[in-house]
Amino acid sequence: MSVIYILLSISIIVAIGFFIAFIYAVKKGQFDDSYTPSVRMLFEDELVKEQLKPSIKTKKTN
Amino acid sequence: MSKNTCFHCGLNATSTKITFDDKSFCCNGCKTVYEIFSANDLTCYYDLQQAPGTTPKDIEGKYNFLENLKIVDQLLEFNDENTQIVNLYIPNIHCSSCIWILENLNKLNPSISSSIVNFGKKSVRVTYNSEKYSLKNLVTLLSSIGYEPYISLDDYSVGKKQIDRSLIYKLGVAGFAFGNIMFLSFPEYFQVSGFWIEQYAPVFRWLMFVFSIPVVFYSAQDYFISAYKGLRSKILNIDVPIVLGVLVLFLRSTFEIILDIGTGFFDSLTGLIFFLLLGKFFQQKTYTFLSFERDYKSYFPIGITKITSKEKEESIQVYDIKKGDRLLIRNEELIPVDCILIKGNARIDYSFVTGESKTVSKQSGDKLFAGGKQLNGTIEVDVLKSVEQSYLTQLWSNDVFKTDKTLAFTNITNSISKRFTITILLIALIASSYWVILDSSKVLNVFTSVLIIACPCAIALSAPFTFGNILRILGKKKFYLKNASVIEQLAKINTIIFDKTGTITANKETTINYEGATLSASEEALLKSTLRGSNHPLSRSLYSLLDEHNIVSLDTFKEHFGKGIEAKYKQEYIKIGSAPFVGHSSDVATLNTTVHVSTNNTYKGKFTFYNAYRKGLSQLFNALKKEYDLVILSGDNAGEKDNLTKLLPTKTKLLFNQKPEDKLEYIRYHQSEGAKVLMVGDGLNDAGALAQSNVGIAISENVNVFSPACDAILDASKFNQLFNYIKISKSAIKIIKWCFLLSFIYNIIGLYFAVTGQLAPVVAAILMPLSSISIVVFTTITTNILGKKLE
Repeated sequence: MSVIYILLSISIIVAIGFFIAFIYAVKKGQFDDSYTPSVRMLFEDELVKEQLKPSIKTKKTN
Repeated sequence: MSKNTCFHCGLNATSTKITFDDKSFCCNGCKTVYEIFSANDLTCYYDLQQAPGTTPKDIEGKYNFLENLKIVDQLLEFNDENTQIVNLYIPNIHCSSCIWILENLNKLNPSISSSIVNFGKKSVRVTYNSEKYSLKNLVTLLSSIGYEPYISLDDYSVGKKQIDRSLIYKLGVAGFAFGNIMFLSFPEYFQVSGFWIEQYAPVFRWLMFVFSIPVVFYSAQDYFISAYKGLRSKILNIDVPIVLGVLVLFLRSTFEIILDIGTGFFDSLTGLIFFLLLGKFFQQKTYTFLSFERDYKSYFPIGITKITSKEKEESIQVYDIKKGDRLLIRNEELIPVDCILIKGNARIDYSFVTGESKTVSKQSGDKLFAGGKQLNGTIEVDVLKSVEQSYLTQLWSNDVFKTDKTLAFTNITNSISKRFTITILLIALIASSYWVILDSSKVLNVFTSVLIIACPCAIALSAPFTFGNILRILGKKKFYLKNASVIEQLAKINTIIFDKTGTITANKETTINYEGATLSASEEALLKSTLRGSNHPLSRSLYSLLDEHNIVSLDTFKEHFGKGIEAKYKQEYIKIGSAPFVGHSSDVATLNTTVHVSTNNTYKGKFTFYNAYRKGLSQLFNALKKEYDLVILSGDNAGEKDNLTKLLPTKTKLLFNQKPEDKLEYIRYHQSEGAKVLMVGDGLNDAGALAQSNVGIAISENVNVFSPACDAILDASKFNQLFNYIKISKSAIKIIKWCFLLSFIYNIIGLYFAVTGQLAPVVAAILMPLSSISIVVFTTITTNILGKKLE
């Protein structure tokens, strides 16, 4: 069997993989709101700081 | 941050001396919100944005209707044993801090498991444990931190709406197939013959065929449906030649690979559909935070307090109100039905209905109309009519609200597609009959080639891309259009009708005239100091108009609701308010709002309030008068007639005392005489006229606040730009016509290859995307130049 068949099937499988990922993302509503996630992404640092606070406190008590 | 502004909301906080944590606040409400946030480690709220908050409103008893399980059930999106999900619309969402605090609601109450904000829609989706927490608790919590949700009759039972994502799926499928097919057709583009091609071509070709099947039968679905509908109603719309092209492309390509005579045109086929869908997607610009379909339901509350015969209060649904019921209307609540005032002082704001911002006082026994908002304490009323039969809501039973404007309208693309389709079919027939004589083996090839190359991809793309871009440009200029067809309609307008109050007059600005004895400097200082303490809208506007004076701290100050204010400073005693309140009996009934003043029990004079006309009104009218018939249809009395005739061009028609139905009938009559009417209005009283007109534009001082159903919403600050916006829509039509010309040139080049029988797949694969892309580039550049000119 020629190697071209293997290459073709690999390329198509990879393409279909991405296609399924796209369909899944649309279905989950990832394309419904394209603005809020861009802002939410920037909050991550603040949230980590919040979570750190109690852990510092527990260290002190130990 | 300056010390003088409120740390929470940014308002001036100099006069109040509320401080907490070394931060100043404008009121106790703002301080409370800060306390809540700092107690829960949520002060990050203030790091993200300076002074992001809004003062919470007092909502005591307002959400009692959320105790009614039937109402709650209709509002919930999901309700299972102990988990409830609700999607609430919160008009106050305006910055990143808002998103942050609303997504951290679980820190304020552990029963809330998650909350997700959609900034564009200004909504938050909250999941909570219904055993420990209720919807009413949630709404109260949100209100207490300044994010009061807006719950209206419109939310009733629409909680389970499905979002239509089919266009994205179709676009995804087409793009996926297009990319893969391009990839697979590459070897044959460059190598026409040879061992390699001959051995593997069938594999590549059948793969392309497989990829194209979902594109033709799924992605292109809408075009088949639309063409079928068009043909059934004997209209040759643009989708007919598109479908013809798609079918011929698919069938000829399939036969070619079955008979092994060529590669077929699968690349052009999928590319064509991909570009067409892309145009559709681009045109589909929607402003999620605006709604163009609102009727009275968005204004009306969902539940109301009914007083039962046993003097008990009970929350009932608005639809359950019957004639004769006794209702309790709280402060800031909307009156949902026509009724008679029984108990309490009514001060009604009819701005939802008329666009008029002045409040009206009513005494016991007076009739109150649905749509008014009570502003002065609690009142009790007896119901006269049910919701659907009330004066205001009856307007919506008019047929105008049931017809779809876009259906009756032939758009520019469809208007040329008829001639285009017939011409293409003629060319195909003539060319094939020529080849019958010359070389009959090529007849089928030529006939299909003509249909393939003439497929009006570029024509079908010109309008969506031009309008889509114009829609975005106008949106940036605060002119929000419902959809692309509004631009076309706007370009065809020949009559413009304006409402008066709230449309050509500004609600925010008023001019005030003083008549009476001149006030001494000390009296004026006292007047200004007294007004400073009052929150009444008239006091606020009068305060901001008076000259600067030394503010004195008053000895006594008392506000009488619905009457006026009295204050004392040293020996001076002042009374401001209605004529009977200040002790002035011989008040001549005027059409305008007045405030009377007396000092030390002697009557001084009155301030009369006039609505100020919007800036640039005369210039706008003078610019418009050359091309359009101008009419002013006002629901008001003729008090302003003289003023308006001076201000506006002489040709302008002025009509007063027009009821909502009169406005609608006036427009309908003129349309029957061939007029294309643009209606510019603001209140619910214009709703009928806005729906009847060819284009209805709602003027709004704050686009986030509700405006009636319309085709476009214009920010009031851009009112004087209206003429420029209409001009832009006309230029857009010109651009589209140029695009048509451009695509005809491509078609002629393509037809040369087709008619001479030498259309190779590679020519089609180059020519079709090239024409589409160059059209897109052309419209994008020209519309952006237009947008630049607007500045």
